[in-house]
Amino acid sequence: MTELVTMQGIEKFFPGVHALRSVSFDLVGGEVHALMGENGAGKSTLMKVMSGIYQPDGGTVAIAGQKVTINGPRAAQDLGIGIIHQELALMNDLTVAQNIFIGREPRLRFGRLDEAALNAQVEAIFATMHVKIDPRAEVRSLSVAKQQMVEIAKALSFKSRILIMDEPTAALNDVETNELFTIIRQLRAEGVGVVYISHKMDEIKRISDRVTVMRDGAYVGTVAAADTPISTIISMMVGRELEAVHVDIPDLSAAPMALEVKGLTRGRLVRDVSFSLKQGEILGFAGLMGAGRTEVARAIFGADARESGEIIVHGKPVQIASPKDAVAAGIGYLSEDRKHFGLALGLDLRDNIAMASLPRFGNKMGVIDDAALGKVADEYIQTLAIRTPSARQEVRLLSGGNQQKVVIAKWLLRDCDILIFDEPTRGIDVGAKAEIYRLLQSLAASGKAVIVISAELPEVLRLSHRIAVMCEGRLTGILPGGPATSQEDIMRLATLRADEPQGALA
Amino acid sequence: MTTAPTAPKINKASGAQQKLLAFASLIVLLLFFSVAAPNFMQTSNIIAILQATSVNGVLAIAATLVIITGGIDLSVGTLMTFCAVIAGVVLTYLGMPLPFGILAAIAAGAGCGLISGTLVAKMKIPPFIATLGMMLILKGLSLVISGTKPIYFNDTPNFYEISTGSLIGDIIPAVPIPNGVLILFIVALTIGYVLNRTVLGRYCFALGSNEEAVRLSGVNADGWKMAIYALAGGICGIAGLIIASRLNSAQPALGLGYELDAIAAVVIGGTSLAGGRGSVLGTIIGALIMSVLLNGLRVMSVAQEWQTVVTGSIIIIAVYADMMRRRKMT
Ligand SMILES: Nc1ncnc2c1ncn2[C@@H]1O[C@H](COP(=O)(O)OP(=O)(O)OP(=O)(O)O)[C@@H](O)[C@H]1O
Ligand SMILES: [Mg+2]
Repeated sequence: MTELVTMQGIEKFFPGVHALRSVSFDLVGGEVHALMGENGAGKSTLMKVMSGIYQPDGGTVAIAGQKVTINGPRAAQDLGIGIIHQELALMNDLTVAQNIFIGREPRLRFGRLDEAALNAQVEAIFATMHVKIDPRAEVRSLSVAKQQMVEIAKALSFKSRILIMDEPTAALNDVETNELFTIIRQLRAEGVGVVYISHKMDEIKRISDRVTVMRDGAYVGTVAAADTPISTIISMMVGRELEAVHVDIPDLSAAPMALEVKGLTRGRLVRDVSFSLKQGEILGFAGLMGAGRTEVARAIFGADARESGEIIVHGKPVQIASPKDAVAAGIGYLSEDRKHFGLALGLDLRDNIAMASLPRFGNKMGVIDDAALGKVADEYIQTLAIRTPSARQEVRLLSGGNQQKVVIAKWLLRDCDILIFDEPTRGIDVGAKAEIYRLLQSLAASGKAVIVISAELPEVLRLSHRIAVMCEGRLTGILPGGPATSQEDIMRLATLRADEPQGALA
Repeated sequence: MTTAPTAPKINKASGAQQKLLAFASLIVLLLFFSVAAPNFMQTSNIIAILQATSVNGVLAIAATLVIITGGIDLSVGTLMTFCAVIAGVVLTYLGMPLPFGILAAIAAGAGCGLISGTLVAKMKIPPFIATLGMMLILKGLSLVISGTKPIYFNDTPNFYEISTGSLIGDIIPAVPIPNGVLILFIVALTIGYVLNRTVLGRYCFALGSNEEAVRLSGVNADGWKMAIYALAGGICGIAGLIIASRLNSAQPALGLGYELDAIAAVVIGGTSLAGGRGSVLGTIIGALIMSVLLNGLRVMSVAQEWQTVVTGSIIIIAVYADMMRRRKMT
């Protein structure tokens, strides 16, 4: 086993945050080393130190036994370090191939680009990855999952000896995740050292050899993945045992109807979707990537124009042509892509949390009561355990998972009767996940109607009172929640295509 | 319209569509004026339109480069004048031969562009502010250097040929296209090629699309940005030569206001002020639309005051049309 990286006593300070406290980490060739920890534990920061984006304020980094200073991304590349960033770092206006080889374009003489060679090389990389993406496609036209695959291809193209993956599967479905794991195993066999960050606990057992846990910027310990139970790793992460959350399906037979959707249609993405939702109910939406769950939510919320379909709120038909109408009708939507639709990254937590409910904090003249606003923001920071020095911190400086919590806080404050959560726990650590599950359940218990869209079946099963399953834009069935339904039942409906005979329909 | 099966096709169609839209507007304008003003279509008038486009077109190409990176360059107009004055100093005051004057103008442009680029890339001054400052500095320097008086090029007999001579006309007398227009087309072809086929062009789009991503990819983002501003400055130098040659003098008081016309041409041509998208062809069409419009209104004897009102409205309509088209696609 060759020693690839040894980091010792790494310190990193940000204004108001001691992000890394004497952290040690090491990586050897031919291993997958999982790095675990809650949101804001410092995982991404440590990896940014390793890949030259941040300079440590203390401690040493050695590559193959040699002490080094990595003063930038280029220096890291030269040392054979590749990184897939947690937040996608792609150029939307460029094509896939242009993104992958940015900075290393195949050139002809006089700085001219060899576009043909570029596309051919990218095609070859995709072939080894078994993914079908057109190298000439503009990145903005790709789904988030495909964009993630582009990032992975980019990291692979460096042929790095050290490969850092910061939550690469956050936006991938099971099939894509399996493909990625095949690639990772192959790299491991070739002697590459992989650092793997994820909040999906099951992946850790499947892919990693060793696990290092961090908490609050400090090193907790390193264990062998094979002989350490997940529960041990979790308690190392959160510093306590987590109690299991289970579904208690309430009796809603007498509850009034909150939302009815009839014949919702939008092109081929949403085809004749009808369902209803009672007050106090949590309806899960399951399906494969591209099944049309997000599209249903966006059509209900008025973010996309629907071609036909009726939306009835509390028994009254409502006209929803824009998100404004939806919010007025008491519908809130927490989008899956927080960076684009959910947050004003340059504003602080306080303003983001208040964004959808500002008038409530203004007097008649529109002057905002900052004190009241600050108090409310602090409350949510407390309840959701958002890790931040204060409510005045700019949101872009928070860790990924904590940004997600800010979006949740925003919609909780808006106090809608019907709340649609699209991938509410993407990139959120186990401890906070349990917290959010509890929160969603208490929202339902207080009479709100909740829709949860999630790609993670265990999550859908753990939360939902009923489970709607979609495939290719159609609603293929509604299953009861709780132990009566298995993951297999959901998968069967999720792959039920239109040309096959219809199965059980609720 | 049927939806294309794959995303890249939709995108390609959109780029072509955008230029088609601008091009169609240009044709419509031409048809309108040729009917409304009988002497509009005369060869001499067409040549006048092209001649008028040459300066704004070259400046707009410079502005296009910077705008694609997500920046803005307010100094193109006064930089053009500054370069003309430098040419005047070298040729008339120092009495050097013509090639030195040409080189000096372009080098002065590139140098000033490099300064703007350094302010933006290294000192992180927002492009609007950095180039606003440069705009005023250069205006002042032009006046100081020239002693606020025009510098004439009477000692350099061939100077006026740069813009008003006609190499093409010498070969094919039927099409006396002035050299200024020829220069515009050479600059356009070159920069079009640079944008689409070279590393520098690629980084132009990449920087405008996601600068952070470029940095994280280990690219020397600051260095390239400075190079792009310098290139844009050099192009302003060429514009300075064209205008000085046309007037056979460097007019130090000229220049202010040209930057807005240049930016207007870029925007009408469909380049996004947000960066990441744009084309030289679009910019050329944009510049042509502006000069056809101004010339046509003049030929129709519309008052000067109203010409400005129309230009302003066209900018707004053009950008709105482009946005609507884009919204329909997504
Ligand atoms: N540039 C910065 N300025 C200020 N604070 C920062 C900056 N980058 C990170 N932080 C803070 O440092 C801490 C560690 O953040 P980091 O992104 O490393 O967490 P993480 O473990 O990757 O979390 P997640 O699982 O949510 O991605 C957080 O409290 C975060 O708010
Ligand atoms: Mg992180």
